[in-house]
Amino acid sequence: MEVYLAILIGCFFTVSIYLLMSKYVIRMLLGVGILGNAVNLLIFTAGRITREVPPIIPEELQIPAELTANPLPQALVLTAIVISFSFFAFLLVLGFRSYQDLKTDDTETMRFAEPVDSPKPPLGY
Amino acid sequence: MAASSSEKIDLTGIMVPADLSPSDFLIVTPVVIPIIFGALLVMLRSKPNWQSPVAITGLILAMLGSFGLLQQVIANGPITMTMGRWLPPFGISFTADLMGALFAFTGLFVALSGLFYSRFASTTLERRYGFYPFYMLMMAGVSGAFLTGDIFNLYVWFEVLLISSFGMIVLGSDRVQMDGTMKYAFLNLIATTMFLAATGYLYGMLGTLNMADIYAKLRSTDLQGPAYTLALMYLLAFGMKAAAFPLNFWLPASYHTPRIVVSAVFAGLLTKVGVYALLRTTVMLFGEQRDALATGIAWIAGLTMLVGVFGALAQTDIRRIFGYLVISGIGTMMAGIAVATQTGIAGTVIYAVHSMIVMTALYLTVGAIGRLCGSTDIREAGGVYAMSPMLAVAFLVLALSVSGLPPTSGFWSKFVLVKATLEIGAWWLAALIMISGLLTSIAVFRIWIFAFWRGGPEGTRDGAEAWTRVNLESGYRLNAGLAIGLLMFASFAIGLAPENLLSISADAARGLLHPTAYTDSVFGGLPQ
Repeated sequence: MEVYLAILIGCFFTVSIYLLMSKYVIRMLLGVGILGNAVNLLIFTAGRITREVPPIIPEELQIPAELTANPLPQALVLTAIVISFSFFAFLLVLGFRSYQDLKTDDTETMRFAEPVDSPKPPLGY
Repeated sequence: MAASSSEKIDLTGIMVPADLSPSDFLIVTPVVIPIIFGALLVMLRSKPNWQSPVAITGLILAMLGSFGLLQQVIANGPITMTMGRWLPPFGISFTADLMGALFAFTGLFVALSGLFYSRFASTTLERRYGFYPFYMLMMAGVSGAFLTGDIFNLYVWFEVLLISSFGMIVLGSDRVQMDGTMKYAFLNLIATTMFLAATGYLYGMLGTLNMADIYAKLRSTDLQGPAYTLALMYLLAFGMKAAAFPLNFWLPASYHTPRIVVSAVFAGLLTKVGVYALLRTTVMLFGEQRDALATGIAWIAGLTMLVGVFGALAQTDIRRIFGYLVISGIGTMMAGIAVATQTGIAGTVIYAVHSMIVMTALYLTVGAIGRLCGSTDIREAGGVYAMSPMLAVAFLVLALSVSGLPPTSGFWSKFVLVKATLEIGAWWLAALIMISGLLTSIAVFRIWIFAFWRGGPEGTRDGAEAWTRVNLESGYRLNAGLAIGLLMFASFAIGLAPENLLSISADAARGLLHPTAYTDSVFGGLPQ
């Protein structure tokens, strides 16, 4: 199971990095979305996958009697999902507003903060 | 039924037994107080005049808390508090060692000065859009990152400060800011996602997230190959956060776009959080792996310094010049991480403290220059020396400090770093620190010559005075003067009496390289 998930995670990372290297903001946004999911799957897989053994401790014991599913990665993934979702939402709005204001979603022409023809510094005193 | 069965359970193996004394809660004050006041400020959003006093009160309280924490850590060594009293490594630990407590205190001090500046400079519109809640939550994130002892929790604090910084950098939303925010947001998000991926692998490898536990387990594991990969991933992620070459391009693209206060606290604090995380992971946790990467880190350090100063020399806008100087400072701090002897780490710690204070102060002076001259471009500014002698004095001290000249904090921090590099025979790294210092002084004193000495904008003849008097509002003069003055005196005082900071940073470096006190404080002498 871990092997197949590892291959899937690899595909996710490949796709997201390919999209992030695009010049267009909308593709970069898709890349960010997939990157977040790739990392979530990675944490999920890194916590080892044990099926059908819920982590419930019998009343008379202090620790579980047998190997159970690991609940911690799910807590980590839950946190990471919330965070990556909120960031994605922010970036989506930012991308849309920039498209409205800057009239472009091509990062090559997005040179307002660092103009191409910025002046040379004074050479004498 | 439920109550009676819970009484039978023996808690000694599950919970931290000792009861906490009130002074133990000092460790959470730098985080909890900004969060509470941030929430309060959200509730008070319809009262723009209350925002600033409430925020200042909150940060003063948080700063006092962090000062008490620092005193306690100096007296008793690292302090740990584990949330919910779960036995570490299962609960999330907050562990303040000397470095974390020192950075938290300095960070809150710098942020407080920024708040004084913004008291007059922030407009009602900015207040209504939530400048102050963002500011407080960002400080909660910064302090949390400095104090946490759990690596996943460190990620969460990174995200807290990042999302608040997004809110602050885009505040005003003009076109230049949109563009800057775009680059800042994407690249920082990718960096923190890298950090999260590395943490996922780390958990898969060691099965723990508590830093003290990671430290112990990394030294008993035979998985050395993956450990090198992890060290490299953390170096990549935090190097990007700290704006080290070749991942520095987001910083000069964005730091000159927001409001001056925002630029100032970003330049002072956010990149330093990256440096802190580098110290915590590559030096403390992955010490052995760092030794193997030392040459690479030294190259990164040298190139970051040079890229920073050359970038600064090529700019005309003072804010952009300072953006590049931030990068150059990061390179200097990385030099200490590359050396990683006790002197080297002490140099990085003291340089980080110096850089937090001085970079924030320099950006605030740009705000004042911009108000006096109507422009922050060295071709259009001029006559500041005659307009505001006090500002000229402050800028001169800060310029000496950022170039690393006595009698300021910059001199001592560079002195310790150069000493550390020479001790291990890395003369070329020492030479690079000196050269970058020299070029930095050219870059800042060019601002001095053009904006302060020249009588007016470009083209003004020598001796002629072409500036027009701008009467700044007395409220602005008072608040900006207080903010810049506080920071300038901090830098000056460290320069005149560095013994305290030198000894604290030496102890912090020792605690980082041999973290037995750190791990003992987490596990509290419990049998492992």
